[in-house]
Amino acid sequence: MSDAATTVRRLWAQDAVKIAALLLIIYGAYLVSGLVLGYSVRGQLNSLASLTFYIGVFATLALALNLHWGYTGLFNIGVVGFMAVGIYVMAFVSKPLYGSGGAAQVGGLGLPIPVGILAGMIAAAVFGLVVALPALRLRADYLAIVTIAMSEIVRFAFLSSTFQRFQFPHTLAGDTTRVGFGGGSGLILDFPDPLLAFIDAIGLSGAYDGLVGLVGGVVPNNPEPIVHSLVYGVVLLGIVAAYFWLLKRTGESPFGRVLKAIREDEDVARALGKNTDRFKIVSFMLGCALMGLAGILWLMGQGAVTPNFFRPRLTFFVWIALIVGGAGSNTGSVMGGAVFAAVLYQGPLYFQNVVTAVFQPGEAPSSFGPAISPLLSSVDPVPFLLYTLDSVRQLQLVIMGVALVWLMHNRPEGMLGHRKETAAAIPLARSSGATAPSGETDSEPTPRGDGDGTGGGGDE
Amino acid sequence: MASGTEAGVTETPGAWLELAVDRPLTVAFAAVGLLLLGSLAWGLLISGAVTFSRLGSLVWDGVMRGLVIGLAGIGLSMTYSILNFANFSHGDYITSGAFAGWATTYVVAGLGRADIGSLLLVGAGGSVFGGALGIGVTTTPVAVVAGIVVAGVTTVVLALAIDRAVYKPIRDESGITLLITSIGVAFALRYLIQFVFGSSVRGTTAAGSVPQLSLYFVDGAVRIDAHDVTLLVVAGGLMLGVHVLLQTTKLGKAMRAMSDDEDLARVTGIPTERVVRATWIIGGGLTGVAGYVFILWKGTLGFNDGWLLLLLIFAAVILGGIGSIYGAIAGGLVIGVAASVSVIWIPSAFSRAAAFVVMIVILIVRPQGLFSGRSTA
Repeated sequence: MSDAATTVRRLWAQDAVKIAALLLIIYGAYLVSGLVLGYSVRGQLNSLASLTFYIGVFATLALALNLHWGYTGLFNIGVVGFMAVGIYVMAFVSKPLYGSGGAAQVGGLGLPIPVGILAGMIAAAVFGLVVALPALRLRADYLAIVTIAMSEIVRFAFLSSTFQRFQFPHTLAGDTTRVGFGGGSGLILDFPDPLLAFIDAIGLSGAYDGLVGLVGGVVPNNPEPIVHSLVYGVVLLGIVAAYFWLLKRTGESPFGRVLKAIREDEDVARALGKNTDRFKIVSFMLGCALMGLAGILWLMGQGAVTPNFFRPRLTFFVWIALIVGGAGSNTGSVMGGAVFAAVLYQGPLYFQNVVTAVFQPGEAPSSFGPAISPLLSSVDPVPFLLYTLDSVRQLQLVIMGVALVWLMHNRPEGMLGHRKETAAAIPLARSSGATAPSGETDSEPTPRGDGDGTGGGGDE
Repeated sequence: MASGTEAGVTETPGAWLELAVDRPLTVAFAAVGLLLLGSLAWGLLISGAVTFSRLGSLVWDGVMRGLVIGLAGIGLSMTYSILNFANFSHGDYITSGAFAGWATTYVVAGLGRADIGSLLLVGAGGSVFGGALGIGVTTTPVAVVAGIVVAGVTTVVLALAIDRAVYKPIRDESGITLLITSIGVAFALRYLIQFVFGSSVRGTTAAGSVPQLSLYFVDGAVRIDAHDVTLLVVAGGLMLGVHVLLQTTKLGKAMRAMSDDEDLARVTGIPTERVVRATWIIGGGLTGVAGYVFILWKGTLGFNDGWLLLLLIFAAVILGGIGSIYGAIAGGLVIGVAASVSVIWIPSAFSRAAAFVVMIVILIVRPQGLFSGRSTA
């Protein structure tokens, strides 16, 4: 009995188990509400795929932001700007040349997709450098205002008709081709499907076709899109793992310790002889490149991209995800991304679907006036409730705002509690080690010289 | 030649050289500024690409915009320096004030002519139109004045309520914690407004019936209408009032003391919580009125208006130096005029971007702002 309890506790002490348990709970809840909705297998698989997609993108974005805010203490609220630069530059490089057929108004340079992804990440990093050079010397709140202003400038630039289409040389001889960013009507991403190309490149197209056949046994009618989105979700989760590994390595390296020192006290770090400006710029650029990649991953499979997708509120979504999980912890970032995607981002819409399916309500009033007047005149709450249900998309943002205020009041350190890694290379909390449950100390190897120094369990 | 001599400062060429070596960015930005001015002068005087009347109209438009930004900026600047955080919900205070004020104006102007619910919801869902009610400062002056008062009062009440519920419990936390919290408040407010009033942008005034004046200006006319004048009078009057209030009462002194050092102020016997309340009252009131007259001036109202203005207000406040109300006013005028006049050189899609660039340049060249060191008054 106590043996089992010890095993459970030992397992729980490992962060991978926490993440897995959280994902299990989330997927379980979605499957159950899918049953309530009477979804077919197809519907269930679709809802799981879109859930996985959002967990994946928000977790990657929260991890990248964690490098800025959690590790280095850089208050970046221009996340969307770097995402936009990433996907737009990627599209610019990888879209086929103009005139090679298709409905696109403008072409690209016609280079392979991996080149485009790399170019997008580099462009996002360089843009990060441009933002960082003037802004990093400033106070945190000034950096915040500069980054959000920059992200709006990026949106205006892609919206404007000036860059809608222009000529650009695409050969060494200087031949030009018609390229552009599409302006307000958006840009069609008419390159070949990136996922299929990727699967082809790693030689798994046979396995993919097999999977399509397998799913075709359950969903006879056109199984390919379902398999496609499911596999894309799995790939995204793999990328989350890669981000996690990269950031963990970065955070534990001597470089990462300097970043944490800057976060705690930049003057001290400088007094110890560290060129903090350079560290901050490198960290900022790395995070921006990761945000650019996240933007690419989010949008490259969507067929088109419009500038108004990159409104500042998307930045705040990522911030809420990071704060839910707890800034400074990679595990927290992933869990925050998952909770945000499942509960705050997709949850209200799912709730709306469930309520609609269970109660089969009638037509909702079109505006607040007809909704509230029956409640006031004849205490009939039905129209008001219908309107509320119909307005879930707006109320969702109200809920997010209230949740953010609640978190800052009650749990500013995130759902896992205090997980900020210290800047020291050696563990600082010896005294707590003696009182920690034996299971925890067992599960955790003795921190090496280059390990992180968290007392209660780092992101192991 | 300036490198060795101490007297280099007094020699003009030497001083220039030193400036260029010490602050290359400042010199570069100054050069760009001179270049732009040069091209403007060329366009005005020689090529005729820009007419004086067009420039005059753009400057006037910019001044109007700048007055709104400056008026709303006073409140932001005060809370920024006294409570020590950048309030990202300030833009939605503007929107709240505007909706409260315009609901009042609709009710006063349209009572008996339309259903009261539609009037209270400022014609949500296209049920009532401001143009059809003939709203304007000359046609329905009582409604407009009532709207201005209600806009101010509602925003004061809202700001105090939110302060009590949200900001007071975490008063001692860092500025960043408060900033993040204010983002949450902004979200909640903005989308509650959208929930109640709908997402459509509605016309609020009878644009055709506003008296207009065409002033002759060198080579053409600059048009000024009654709503421009209303904005000028209201904003100017309130700015003057705040100036007098903070210069002649102890409140202003207490605010200056608090923004310098809160603990010291409390030890000295200044009732800091009361000063905070006064800050929200003054700042909130000005912000609500700014929202109302902004809508009166531009003639349309949407749930996003305040948020769209917020970054420009931040730009103005930083430009002028956080904590200085004169800085906020001057910064607002600079930002407003920069955004308006920039269309001479760049496509109009970038006019807001131009204002942000001005802010970023100031942050690089003079991060303490133009009017720094004169906290709150």
